[in-house]
Formats: sequence, C-alpha cells, structure tokens
Amino acid sequence: MNTIVCIKQVPAKDAPLAIAGNWINESDIEFEMNEPDSYALEEALRLKEKHGGKVVALSLGPERVKQTIHEALAKGADRGIYIADDHFAQLDPLGAAKVLAAVIAKEKYDLVLTGLQSDDCGFGQTGVLLAGLLNLPHATIIMQIDVQDGEMKLKRELEAGWFQWIVCPLPAVLSIQSGINKVRYATMKGIIAAKKKQILTVAKESLGVTVEPTQKIEKIYVPTKTKKTEFLTGTPKEMAAKLVQKLRVERRVI
Amino acid sequence: MKLLVIAEQRQGKWNNTSFETLVAAQQIAAATSGTVSAAVVGKSVAALAEELATKDVAEVLLVEHDLLESYTPDGYCTGLKQVIEAATPDLVLFPHTYQVRDFAPALAAMLGKGMVGDCVGFRNEGGKLVFVRQMFQGKTVADVTFMGAAPWFASFQSGAFRADLLTAHRSGKAPVNAAKVELKAADIRTKPLEMFKEAKSAVDLTQAPVIVAIGRGIKARENIVQAEALAKAMGGEIAATRPICDEGWLPLERQIGSSGQTVAPKLYLALGISGAIQHVVGMKGSRTIVAVNKDQHAPIFEIADYGIVADIFEVMPALTAELQKTKG
Repeated sequence: MNTIVCIKQVPAKDAPLAIAGNWINESDIEFEMNEPDSYALEEALRLKEKHGGKVVALSLGPERVKQTIHEALAKGADRGIYIADDHFAQLDPLGAAKVLAAVIAKEKYDLVLTGLQSDDCGFGQTGVLLAGLLNLPHATIIMQIDVQDGEMKLKRELEAGWFQWIVCPLPAVLSIQSGINKVRYATMKGIIAAKKKQILTVAKESLGVTVEPTQKIEKIYVPTKTKKTEFLTGTPKEMAAKLVQKLRVERRVI
Repeated sequence: MKLLVIAEQRQGKWNNTSFETLVAAQQIAAATSGTVSAAVVGKSVAALAEELATKDVAEVLLVEHDLLESYTPDGYCTGLKQVIEAATPDLVLFPHTYQVRDFAPALAAMLGKGMVGDCVGFRNEGGKLVFVRQMFQGKTVADVTFMGAAPWFASFQSGAFRADLLTAHRSGKAPVNAAKVELKAADIRTKPLEMFKEAKSAVDLTQAPVIVAIGRGIKARENIVQAEALAKAMGGEIAATRPICDEGWLPLERQIGSSGQTVAPKLYLALGISGAIQHVVGMKGSRTIVAVNKDQHAPIFEIADYGIVADIFEVMPALTAELQKTKG
C-alpha cells in the first residue's frame, strides 16, 4: 500500500492575521501543518503499519513548507516531495490540483490522501479535483478505511449523524475527515531518522503545467458585524454578576 | 444571466439547503435580469420536480436514471455534465452540502471550469458578480470573482439565505422537462452500500433550552469539569466544537456544527470558541448567544448578543458562583 499524502502548510491557529490585499502579510507569523491534513498523514501511516508499503509526503508552496514535510518525515513518512512555488497563495483550487497531479502522475502509488479542507482558504476541493485530473475514483469525508482484496470499504460521513459504507477500487483518492484517528506526535527517534530521509525538490515551472485561473480572490477583509454585541466589562466577578442579571431579567432565558 | 440550481434530495427527501440556494438564485436573477431553472436528480423523483415547479422558476429539469437512484460522484458528474451542456447555463448553483463537496468541484473541472464553494453572499458590482466567502476559519471574508467564460460554478453555505423568502411561481406552475442523460454501469466506479446512524444518542441537544459549549480554549480534558459545573448551575447541557470531540474529550453526540447537531436553544454560552463557520452554522439560530473569549477579534463575537473578552478560566468559576449564590 503506497500512499501519497498531500499536505498544506497554513498560518498557525493563533497567528495574528494582517490583511494585505488579497492575502495576508506572511512575515512575522508562524506556520504549521494544516490540521485536517495531519489526520490524512496519520491514516497513511496506519495503513502502512497494517499493509506495508511507503508513505510519501507531498507539499506545494514557498521554501517554508519544507519544514512541514520534515515534520511528516519525523512522524514516519518515508520520503518527501516539495514543489517550489513562491506564488502558491495566488493559485486557485484547480490550479493547485493541476500542479499536484502533474507530480503524482509520475509516482507509483495505490492511494492519494488529502485532509478535508485547509484552515486558511477552506475550499475543500483538492482531493476531488485530483481524482478528476488523475482519472481515479474518489470519496470524501472518510471516517474509516478497510482494505481488502484490492479494494477499500469506506465509511463516509453524511450530514446530521448519518454515515454510509461504500466500496471503492484502488488506486483512488480519498479526502479524510478530521477526527478519523488520534494523531501521533513525532518521537525523538523519528526526528533523528527524518534527517536521513530524502526530500525531492521540484520546481513548479519544470512541470510544464499551464494554469489558467478560473477565479480570483479580489480582496479579503474583516467581516462587518451583523449583530450588536453588548460587551460586559469589569472584574470576572462583576462581569458574571452583570451577565446573570441580564440573562435572568432582560432575556429571561435562565 | 441564466442560472441553474442543482437541488439535492436523498431517498425522496429534500436537503433544505436546496431552497436557500434557490432563494440565492432568485436574488441573483433579480439583480442581473436573469432566469432561474432548477434540476432534481435521482430515480422516480417526478413528485419532487413538480414541487420545485411551484416555485418562481422558468423551468424544472427532471434528471432521472436507474443509475442515479443512489448518489455516486461518478454518476452525478457524468449525468450533470450532459445536463449542463444541453441547458447552457451561465451560472450553476449548489447548496454547499457534504454531497456537493463530494462531486461538484470535479463536475466543474470536467467542463474545464472552477468552482467557488461555500459562499455566504453575493454582490452585483456594475454587472460583475462578486461572491463572498469566508477564509481563515471565519476570521476574514473574501470577495471572489470568476475568470474566463461561463458556465461558472458556486455553492452557498447552509443558512446563508433564508428559505422562507422563496417566491412562488406567478402563474401557478413552471414546465417540468425531462433531461435525457446517458449512463452506463461501467461509468460508476464506487459502490454505495447501506446508510446508517451510529448508536442512539443518550442526549438530545436539540431539545436543551440552555447549552454551554466549549472550544479549543478549554485547553485540556481535565478542565472540562469547570464547564460542566457551569452547565449544571445554568440547568443546561454541555456541548463542544468538532476539535474537542475529535480529541475524544466529549462524545461525538455532543458536537455542534455542520458535521454534528444543529441547535437553537434559548441560551447558548460559547466558552473559548473562536467561531469557525463549521461550528457557527450549527448554533447561530440560538435565541441568545453569549461568547467568552480572550481574543476580542474572535469571529464568535459577530453573532453574540453579549460578549466577555476575558480568560474563560476566570469567568467560568465566577459565573458558577454567581448562579449558585443567586439561585431561587
């Protein structure tokens, strides 16, 4: 079972976001592995432990994303592929998928995994688009993968507490639902082992992919408030007293 | 502008976000002097098509095929590609459901197009349509425009438009036309099996008058007792955002949001919850919303009636004490 995991690096959860035109100012903020992708990586590592094979961590972006590939290697991925693109933030979902697909097409694999969506753009399209571009079957929002006889039985999450089993042949592309597993931490042994693992660097331009944007983020901004929020002030004790008073007397909800 | 809404049904029952998307389509059509058509996909779904035809639409497309009885991404992509090529809409709209997430981007890509997913609104700026969607977990919004030629593809988030604003057909009923699609069993590579619900929930959050919900700000499992004590003092139920349930700190049945429960209690107290959209869609209908968060810019404050910018670990015990002190 050889698996390629697509991993995005995104601004850290608590990073202060300074808006700059149609993106954010990237200097002075920390970046981290997109949390939904960490579940996809974990699932790939578990499939490898169960069925053998290799795990490749694939990422696209400026130089800094190599750090995230290193983290994947330290957790147990066998090698990394880094596609260098300083203007990654300006790619639309289809453009990013075309670049990733060009690299994946050159690899030998049984399975391609992505997280559910990214915590920055939140398009949630990469896995579905990759499947289309690679002409592979796919399924999204996956909560369980059972591999048997060259195919997979998958538990797919639907809405409102419903689930569905589906059977999907291999090779395939799956988008993993967050919470499918418990993500491991890198061990000291893993961190040391990662130093010897290979990261292949590919220049985006060398792929010969023509990317015509289908959409453009014109600008981003802080949303305007639709509701008038009454902020309570004072010490915690004073705020608690004010709130209880308002909820009891004005709103009559407790 | 010609709009086509792909309405969603499963086993003969509507996904109600379909009607919200139809409202979005009617509003876009009004802003662009356009027309709205709607399509329903499945097997034996003529009654649903008739129901759509009572709405203010120019035409309803009935897309029926034996192989479309159960949803599969291959079946829907192959079938709807033919429908779109024949109907030549400028803009194809979907409700942003889990099913749409599963196929619509691939359908758009089959036609060489991109999709702007999960929109919350639109504006018509001098004839150019601008779609509004959230980014960075709701901390910012983005104006997005399409590039290149039509058809364009977009989906609207649940709750972005009000289904009760849907206007009825002016003269009774729109024509229902069958859209012919050709599908072969070999086109469909995945095989859907049974649908099921996990073990019955012990708690029904939708019936709780008061909900005390925790997010990442709770930091550690052992801190949850403080929130539980507060919930008890308020006579409410404890609930959480997805990451908390993913960690296994609370059972999934207590998760509020797009993949969990949708609730509308009298009082919703959000503790250390930033207000990511996946959570907000599950609770924004609450009558009174109180948010406690140490980040004054947290998006949860945008929908809160009362806001407390402070450390939840100071506020939780103070609130519990206040409630106990002043009880009855």
